[in-house]
Amino acid sequence: MFKQKHFLALGAVTLVALLFLSLPQRVTARLKLAVGSLFLPLSSLGATAQQLPADLADDVLPRRELLQQISRLQQENQQLKVQALQAATMGLENEQLRDQLRWQRQTPWKIKLANVVMRDPANWWRTVQIDLGSDSGVTENLPVLTSDGLAGRIAAVWPTHSQVVLIGDPNCRVSALINNPAHDIGVVNADGILDNTLADLTYLSGTAVLKPGEEVVTSGLGGVFPKGIPIGRILDSRQVEFGLYTEARVKLWANLGTLEQVWVMFR
Amino acid sequence: MSKPNTTLIYVTAFLAVFGQASLPGLREWFGAQVDLLPALIVYAALHASLVNLGLLAVFGGLFFDSLSANPLGITILPLFVTGLVLFQQRDLILRDLAFAQGLLGAAASAVVPLMTVLLLLSAGKPLLLGWGSLWQWAVMIAGGAVATPVLFAVFNGFNHAFDYKLRSESSFRPDREIRRSRI
Repeated sequence: MFKQKHFLALGAVTLVALLFLSLPQRVTARLKLAVGSLFLPLSSLGATAQQLPADLADDVLPRRELLQQISRLQQENQQLKVQALQAATMGLENEQLRDQLRWQRQTPWKIKLANVVMRDPANWWRTVQIDLGSDSGVTENLPVLTSDGLAGRIAAVWPTHSQVVLIGDPNCRVSALINNPAHDIGVVNADGILDNTLADLTYLSGTAVLKPGEEVVTSGLGGVFPKGIPIGRILDSRQVEFGLYTEARVKLWANLGTLEQVWVMFR
Repeated sequence: MSKPNTTLIYVTAFLAVFGQASLPGLREWFGAQVDLLPALIVYAALHASLVNLGLLAVFGGLFFDSLSANPLGITILPLFVTGLVLFQQRDLILRDLAFAQGLLGAAASAVVPLMTVLLLLSAGKPLLLGWGSLWQWAVMIAGGAVATPVLFAVFNGFNHAFDYKLRSESSFRPDREIRRSRI
């Protein structure tokens, strides 16, 4: 049976837990920062330890292979330069056409590279922490991308690091547009607990006709994500609630399970 | 339990949470991360004082929640309640048997996330839950069952290394020694 001191201990710990849970959000954020910053020295130590094998491998790489890599990179660089020149010409043409049609000019994306330093230890969230914070100008709700497509948005910001809530987490819903003739619009939602590359596209109209392979991009609605960021492609679709609306599974371009570096998009 | 061992428990809790957040662990292979805090709570419940058990639940919970999207403090209560139940029954538990340790680790690893999820749902938080969560839960239980005996072995080894050793009783009695002398 429980002794009196057991009840006292349970009461004391419950009180402590309730105290933390009832704190205002701003205080909780500061406390999280204070406790979380205890891990920062370990985090940088871990990053150094992870870098060490790569550095060692660099030291023992044969000269011939390095020269081959340089030659390959030079060729790639030449190709990219030509592509950049083409893109710049097309961009100029696009701006001129926009001016002629009096459309609003598109602002170029300002992006900053960040390293993923930690993942959520709990299995019921899909968040990561990156090494860019408010000191680097990061604010809440900024879009986060990979080189393949959209990854998520900034959920919480501290001076030196931020928390990114990834697509597939219930707290990250994205208004999405399908690149089909009807330009159907839906909301990308959580799916695929075990598969990080799947998400659900919900709230599509009941008459939407989707084909596997159609591209899904951000719609620009909602004000968080700018229009046109690639999200993924349609895998399959089904009618829900007796044909009232349509749902589809989306294969995400970004592999959220193996994220190491992401781009934060500034407005 | 010796002071170095108590300190080691807190340090291990800190490192375990850091490891869960920064290392892929079983996440890449099995789609779920194993939580080592329930295994630590089992050890603390069977070896530490009630105060240390409470402090481990509070600090371990705070460490975990600070790196997670959980509200700060939500993990404290599940850890402590699980530990308290074991603490109250600890005289009846065969704590030196690896099988018992594994079973307790599995039970704690099952109860702690379940209680945390129930608390989060009752707080109205939308969670990433589905049929796949059952698989994740099974991985966590299996991970806890394996990790607990290992932690017990490590802590017991540490305890033997730093604690005062028991003086072994010898059958030799000086008063009954047969002394040699000249006849």
